[in-house]
Amino acid sequence: MLGYIVRRILATIPVVTVVAILVFLLLRLTTGDPAAIIAGDSATTQQVAEIRVKLGLERPLVEQFVIWVGRMVRGDFGESYFFKKTVAELIRDRLEPTAALAVCTILLAVVLAVPLGVLAAARRGTWVDRVVMGLSVLGFSVPVFVIGYALIYLFAVELAWLPVQGYQRLAEGFWGFLERLILPSSTLAVIYVALIARITRASVLEVLGADHVRTARAKGLGNTTVLLRHVLRNAAVPIVTVIGLGVALLIGGVVVTESVYGIPGLGRLTVDAVLARDYPTVQAVILLFSVVYVMINLLVDLTYTFLDPRIRY
Amino acid sequence: MKSAFNRSVLIGSAILAVIFLIGLAAPYLGTRDPGQIDPISRNKRPGAVRILTSADGRQVSTTYWMGTDSLGRDVYSRVLYGARVSLLVGISVALISMAAGLAIGLLAGYLRWLDGFVMRIMDGLMAVPAILLAIALVSLSTAGLRAVILAIVIPEVPRVVRLVRSVVLSIREEPYVEAATALGARTVPLIVRHVLPNALAPLIVQATYVCASAIVIEAILSFLGVGIPPQTPTWGNIMAEGRALFRVFPHNILFPGIFLAATVLAVNIMGDGLRDSLDPRLRNRL
Repeated sequence: MLGYIVRRILATIPVVTVVAILVFLLLRLTTGDPAAIIAGDSATTQQVAEIRVKLGLERPLVEQFVIWVGRMVRGDFGESYFFKKTVAELIRDRLEPTAALAVCTILLAVVLAVPLGVLAAARRGTWVDRVVMGLSVLGFSVPVFVIGYALIYLFAVELAWLPVQGYQRLAEGFWGFLERLILPSSTLAVIYVALIARITRASVLEVLGADHVRTARAKGLGNTTVLLRHVLRNAAVPIVTVIGLGVALLIGGVVVTESVYGIPGLGRLTVDAVLARDYPTVQAVILLFSVVYVMINLLVDLTYTFLDPRIRY
Repeated sequence: MKSAFNRSVLIGSAILAVIFLIGLAAPYLGTRDPGQIDPISRNKRPGAVRILTSADGRQVSTTYWMGTDSLGRDVYSRVLYGARVSLLVGISVALISMAAGLAIGLLAGYLRWLDGFVMRIMDGLMAVPAILLAIALVSLSTAGLRAVILAIVIPEVPRVVRLVRSVVLSIREEPYVEAATALGARTVPLIVRHVLPNALAPLIVQATYVCASAIVIEAILSFLGVGIPPQTPTWGNIMAEGRALFRVFPHNILFPGIFLAATVLAVNIMGDGLRDSLDPRLRNRL
């Protein structure tokens, strides 16, 4: 098992390397002088020259890449000339809203989707199953910003139960913090719920046909006990996998949701940085999101060994 | 193989056909120039009627079925014309990524020495969330239809490559492929004759999902203001322009939103139907 864990961790290295190369090349693929692009429109010639030296732009591309990676690893993401801050500072400021939104969404999605999926599988072919699966196709199809505005209109404008937009830091009070997260997390959770519910249903259906489930029923165990103890546990691996893979959808959704709800997080920062052609920030945010995604899936793969002791690599 | 025309496929393709026709026939469906700015009829609610008396005393009445936006442009016309961009992007992205994915996937699956290198790049591309990669790519060039299509194709290609490669890997071990190799079949005709037909069914299903995801990503890019500029109406940028006054005039977001959701839903329903009829083994998968 230790061998598997080590191999799995090592396998992330090429992926992260390729991501780093892609992100690095992003700026080199634009037409024009990268230093001038980074410095922005209002930069002086001297500033541009400084950046050129700092990035090592006169050196060969490979050397530039090594310099760049070295800086990234040390946490020096460069400077945002648009926001007049270092990129590291920018990211630190914007981390909390995004983390809060993501965690809330994942919790909400798992709590809703797993029971729905199990229910649909247990009542296969009935109207319950059809409703859950129909909603899942719907949830997969309605784009996140459409859901966002529909929820805002219903719960914030018409019913006035919740604030329309904005974000409040956790330090400024828990209720205000939570209140402003309910709508964004629900919005973002829809596609995630659709995804997890589908996989849960499929995975549970597969296990339901297994011999040990028939044995458990033959022993006279109740339906709920069979489902929870004998089925769900064995169906867990695909469900956990899709929760991990779904983080890619979640990150994409964060970018949109934060724009809809005016949440000053990393997603909003990405859009603002792209609109301002602030490439150091764009590079850092993409690298960060991708590394987080790879790490989450690494963790997911590692949990297999605990979830299913039969898995031996 | 059951008939490909099961109920889901029929429903999905019927809705799509309607939207396709709407986009195609947009100029003949009582629309006006979707870009025409009209300061005196800004922010009209859906169904509002404006009656103008011309110089010779004739009365001309205009009905804004879906209201107007904050520049007085007719939302009905913009939404109908917007169907063109969504379908064009969806279909082109699906076709281009299928073609590219098929070529790369066949090569990677068949030429062992290329496989490792190509798949590492694909893994790397897949590690960047699709929307994020598209946003970053679109920022590299001036926004326009071509840039948007390319920016959506790149994140979609690796998913197709993986699919094609997995089909190739499972088929190259089949006795009939071995037999063909033993008989001296050359690589390219072998791929075309024996491997390609097996990859077709899952590929068609995948194409519908790529199409749905492309339509959503295009709308998101336009909505965020990094996609197609508002001179060309798209459902995403109509919604983007309705954002500021959303609480008072929700129609700017409502109507394009309904069309967008209906289109994506239709493509997904069609995809699910095709999957069930073309490849029953996939039925319980995603």
